[in-house]
Amino acid sequence: MIASLSLILLCQLAGEAIVRGLNLPMPGPVLGLTFLLLLLLTRDRYATLRRGPLHNDAIESTGRGLLAHLSLLFIPAGVGVVQKLDLVVEHGGGILLTLAASVVVTLLVTVATFLAVSRLLAKN
Amino acid sequence: MHENSFSLWVYLSQSPLLWLTITLSVYAIADSVSLATHRHPLANPVLHSIWIIGAFLIMTGTSYTTYFSGAQFVHFLLGPATVALAVPLYDNRKRVIAAIVPMLISLVAGSITAIVSVVLFARAFDLPQAVILSLAPKSVTAGVAMGISESLHGDASLTAVSVVLTGIMGAMIVTPLMNRITVTDFRARGFAVGIAAHGIGTARAFQVDEVAGVFSGIAMGLNALVTSLLVPLAVTLLLH
Repeated sequence: MIASLSLILLCQLAGEAIVRGLNLPMPGPVLGLTFLLLLLLTRDRYATLRRGPLHNDAIESTGRGLLAHLSLLFIPAGVGVVQKLDLVVEHGGGILLTLAASVVVTLLVTVATFLAVSRLLAKN
Repeated sequence: MHENSFSLWVYLSQSPLLWLTITLSVYAIADSVSLATHRHPLANPVLHSIWIIGAFLIMTGTSYTTYFSGAQFVHFLLGPATVALAVPLYDNRKRVIAAIVPMLISLVAGSITAIVSVVLFARAFDLPQAVILSLAPKSVTAGVAMGISESLHGDASLTAVSVVLTGIMGAMIVTPLMNRITVTDFRARGFAVGIAAHGIGTARAFQVDEVAGVFSGIAMGLNALVTSLLVPLAVTLLLH
């Protein structure tokens, strides 16, 4: 558990350091995700890596534990937003309607594109 | 007695313990209600926890800074949780690799739509230019969106508000919308909500189906990358 958490933090730390150092246009944790994924894939190839957190489903269960309550993690930042609702109210319903309309259109276009391409590939 | 309880409140309200306890307790209740309603979209735990805690802070006259001194321990876990997305991604790697082409094509289509549609709707509603710039990156994760907004000289606070509102709206709309248009492919459903509604959408996707969650997480990560490249370009083209 502690070893698994350390490994996750280590991946995040490496990601943050590289993103900062090279000024990459992406969040550090996303790069950290890539590192952890590469570790898991290399582990399957080389038996020497099968130890500590990369052994016996340790990192897997810690990772799933963190993700089980992903919703909770957005609450502290979300509460900060409630305090700034006046910025939105200032513009009447315009901002809310804009965001809602954009979300619906984005969902529809993305899902339609995904399904259309999948079907085209399945046909060929 | 009254004096004592007041000084106790002063003491507690300044300590992280109280605000961390309130954050977890309110979420635990909101989550159990969400479970009891079989994960009904309207019982979204993020939405209800936010307004309940927000109302409590207003009633007690507590500043957000004080609240965050306790809540920061939860907030910090967002980074490690993002890294942890590697685990379900690894578990479902065969499914993901098989869907790489539809993912990349719908990523481009969805990213462009997310930016262009918000700019066009905002113009239709006659919102001022400064507001439009702040809303443009609304579909990506807050940290990235605020960075983009600042680089455009938008208002980063307004961007943060629009990111959270977008996430909550997406998380609430996605299930009824996809059921209405009878999409049963959870890869596509998850990918769409990840593009439109970043992490809050991804949290919703994981509530519904693990495959949807995985595809949503990938979409969120890729969208952060593509949007930071596209927004400046799109804004230049659409607003000048």
